[in-house]
Amino acid sequence: MASDRIFGLVVLMVALAYIASATQIQTSFLADPVGPKAFPILVGALAAICALVLIVRPDPDPDWPAARTFGSLAIAVIVLVVYAYALKPLGFILPTAFAAAILSYQISPRAGPAALSGVGLSVGLFVLFKFALGLGLVAFPKGILG
Amino acid sequence: MDILANLSLGFSIALSPYTLMLAVIGCFLGTIIGALPGLGPSNGVAILIPLTFTMGLDATSALVLMTSVYYGAMYGGRISSILLNIPGDEPALMTTLDGYPMAKKGRAGDALVLSGVASFVGAFLATIGLMLLAPMLARVAYLFGPAEYFALYLLAFCTLGGMASNNQAKSAIASCLGLGIAMIGVDNNSGLPRLTGGNLHLMDGIDFLVAIVGLFAIAEVFFFIESHGKGSAIGVKLDKVTIPWKDIMATKWTMLRASLVGFIAGILPGAGASLGSFLAYMSEKSIAGKDGGFGTGAPKGIAAPEAGNNAAAGGALVPMLTLGVPGSGTTAVLLALLMTLNITPGPTLFTDRPEVVWGLIASLLIANVVLLLMNVPMVKIFVRVLQVPAWVLLPGVTMISFVGIYSLSGSYFDLILMVGFGALGYVLRKLDIPTVPVILGILLGGHMEDALRRAMVLSDGDGAFLFSSPIAIGLWIAAILGFVAPMFLRGLLRKPQRVTD
Repeated sequence: MASDRIFGLVVLMVALAYIASATQIQTSFLADPVGPKAFPILVGALAAICALVLIVRPDPDPDWPAARTFGSLAIAVIVLVVYAYALKPLGFILPTAFAAAILSYQISPRAGPAALSGVGLSVGLFVLFKFALGLGLVAFPKGILG
Repeated sequence: MDILANLSLGFSIALSPYTLMLAVIGCFLGTIIGALPGLGPSNGVAILIPLTFTMGLDATSALVLMTSVYYGAMYGGRISSILLNIPGDEPALMTTLDGYPMAKKGRAGDALVLSGVASFVGAFLATIGLMLLAPMLARVAYLFGPAEYFALYLLAFCTLGGMASNNQAKSAIASCLGLGIAMIGVDNNSGLPRLTGGNLHLMDGIDFLVAIVGLFAIAEVFFFIESHGKGSAIGVKLDKVTIPWKDIMATKWTMLRASLVGFIAGILPGAGASLGSFLAYMSEKSIAGKDGGFGTGAPKGIAAPEAGNNAAAGGALVPMLTLGVPGSGTTAVLLALLMTLNITPGPTLFTDRPEVVWGLIASLLIANVVLLLMNVPMVKIFVRVLQVPAWVLLPGVTMISFVGIYSLSGSYFDLILMVGFGALGYVLRKLDIPTVPVILGILLGGHMEDALRRAMVLSDGDGAFLFSSPIAIGLWIAAILGFVAPMFLRGLLRKPQRVTD
């Protein structure tokens, strides 16, 4: 019950904000009868109506995982975000090994296999992408190898 | 004899050694992708699109490769259904109902071969159907103006939304989410930015590939973290694989009927392969009656959903190629592929670029034969693939997704966006909100708005123009029915529960 109501409320807020920003869209002198505003406003309004329906008639709650699992999920998201930023400056091999190992540990909490799969995946995928598929990946940052 | 001439054109392209090699590679990869639990046709094809794009394949080759993967994944889905009782993808769910009990009786090999043959029959007949029907529909599609297209897009959202969730409001929210995202970026008509919030990265809009890979592949990783990769151990033994001629002969009419049902379900925009296998299984169950032994490992219960599922996969290509409206999640991903390759699906595709269409159809026929040959004698290899543990597989999938998206644009912003879509996908699926309408919205949003605006330009702002032709009115009625009818048919369409141990 509560999850659907909260979600409906979030959707309602987003939809209203969306409509509000859609009204700010600049129109050019080459206007067609509909213009660039109408369709986004229509979509936003439809979403808002559906959100109201959801708030009034919510479904039963899904099985949310325990707090610890949420911790793992949060760690996974943070790792992926950091990985996204690290990929360019630090090269492919090191960030990939770390990110893959941490993800692997989150799925099955055993340190040894997780570390192995991290290193294995990182080197294996690098060889695959670089030499079999010919993508222009950089293995290490330029500074280390001089 | 137009078809034969076109087909020979197609085979002249598809039988070149290079294309043939791509088809074989695609079939092999596809079967593996389909067999692995957690990877199905939609996310498997999705993570491969950016890679094919960066490999610089030309349009026909890329299309041949990816459709082979698509067909292969449809075949592969049955392997984990039968051996693990875990559907490798959504449409393979029905195969678990009889496949797993049969495997537990010690007939795993028979079940795998039988389902492979059924897949072949379904996919083969559907490809023939595609060959006959698509050019005809392409001719009808010439009659479609902007008003008809607008109604057609609406129909796709309504039927897909009606089928995909148990709550109409939720699937409508999903569609709106996709449409709303599609609006971000520079407006085609006026050339001015819309809804970007001043962010330069958003000026080009949000790449649909980023959203697809995030929603389908990255979200899957979060689900595996939640479940800790449990329940992926093979519980049944696979001994020698022989060909069960008796069962194949006994189920031949079942396969034919199921193929027909599946093909029709596949053609309906938005309905797709899941509906195909569901309807095929249920209709065979009612034909067989109580004594049919459905649910306890009946050969017909394996043949029907597999033939239906693969026939629907072929049928779903009909509206995708002729109208540009995908019939399922995976065809939505294939549509994304076409759009990435700068091919506009629609009636003009058949006249302007016959080599693409007929090369594709010919390679589907070839892929089918290759898949049958691969899946019967070599099934043991794919069974071994199932033993790849989730804690290696899922990080690998994540890293491949990152490299794929990164190689598209080289910007970290797209990667962050992808992770965001992954988290969104997790929350949406937890709340039983379907993610396929989101994808459909992002893919079709621009076209849908264009159709509406062009219709209004033609009629000088008269809204009644949208209902001015019989085709448009028919599509509007179908759309409303498609959205409302499932509310009343809920009890009838309820999916049977998975067999538990």
